[in-house]
Amino acid sequence: MSLALGMPPPEFALAGVDGRTHTLASYDDVEILVLIQSCNHCPYVLAWEERMIEIQRDYADRGVRLVAVCSNDAERYPHDSFEEMVAHSANKGFNFDYLHDPDQSIARALGSERTPEVFVFDGGRRLVYHGAIDDNRDEAAVGRTYLRDALDAVLGDARPPVAETPPVGCTVKWLPTST
Amino acid sequence: MHAPTRIELLYWDGCPSHPEALALLEAVLREQGVKTAVELCEVHSQEEAEALRFPGSPTIRFDGRDVDPRGAGENPSLTCRIYYLPDGRVSPVPTRAQLEEALA
Repeated sequence: MSLALGMPPPEFALAGVDGRTHTLASYDDVEILVLIQSCNHCPYVLAWEERMIEIQRDYADRGVRLVAVCSNDAERYPHDSFEEMVAHSANKGFNFDYLHDPDQSIARALGSERTPEVFVFDGGRRLVYHGAIDDNRDEAAVGRTYLRDALDAVLGDARPPVAETPPVGCTVKWLPTST
Repeated sequence: MHAPTRIELLYWDGCPSHPEALALLEAVLREQGVKTAVELCEVHSQEEAEALRFPGSPTIRFDGRDVDPRGAGENPSLTCRIYYLPDGRVSPVPTRAQLEEALA
């Protein structure tokens, strides 16, 4: 079951592709924290990645930080290994942190099901939006910009107009012992 | 146009793209006047993926030929398959043009 609205994010200490260890406290100075369950290999992630970059760029100076987390079993899905994460981040020019969750503790704590799957935490670090980035993997066909709408609302001290949507994407690739 | 005698759509339930792929495939077949029924084949395990040379979900074959030869040789795996649009962007399903070309 996914993390319920109103709940805080899980504590974590994860290696980033920048070579540093990132904890939840690393983002204490951030107004809105957006955790995104992600990976390298999924075509749905690949279809949405450019929009993730654009959202981070557009909201960076308003205190919004996107943090992508890859938890997939890299034994069975080698494209999702940490080394591949480092290369993928560089190739795509990620402007957000990309963290590795090899024991899948963050994915389990969030109750993630898909990649990409978004969790937005407000200034009080309460979950205020969970689900999809928008309503279509094809950017040209997008009608509802859920994540942007949620960010705009929270930055304006309001509730997101839509608080939960079904995430669309590949399943999280659980370790054999996690299933 | 070459009307295939066998049309297969192989899929893995862990990837959500097969309903969209099936709808697109059936629309193209209908437009092209192809009456051959689509055989749906669910791939359940890595062993099945290897036995079926399944490079990811969805995989569509006309008379055994993959509609996207570029991706057909990827290692068999229970994964979502990547297709490329003409502009280089990624898609989880083949394009209409790919299906039409494979039928031509």
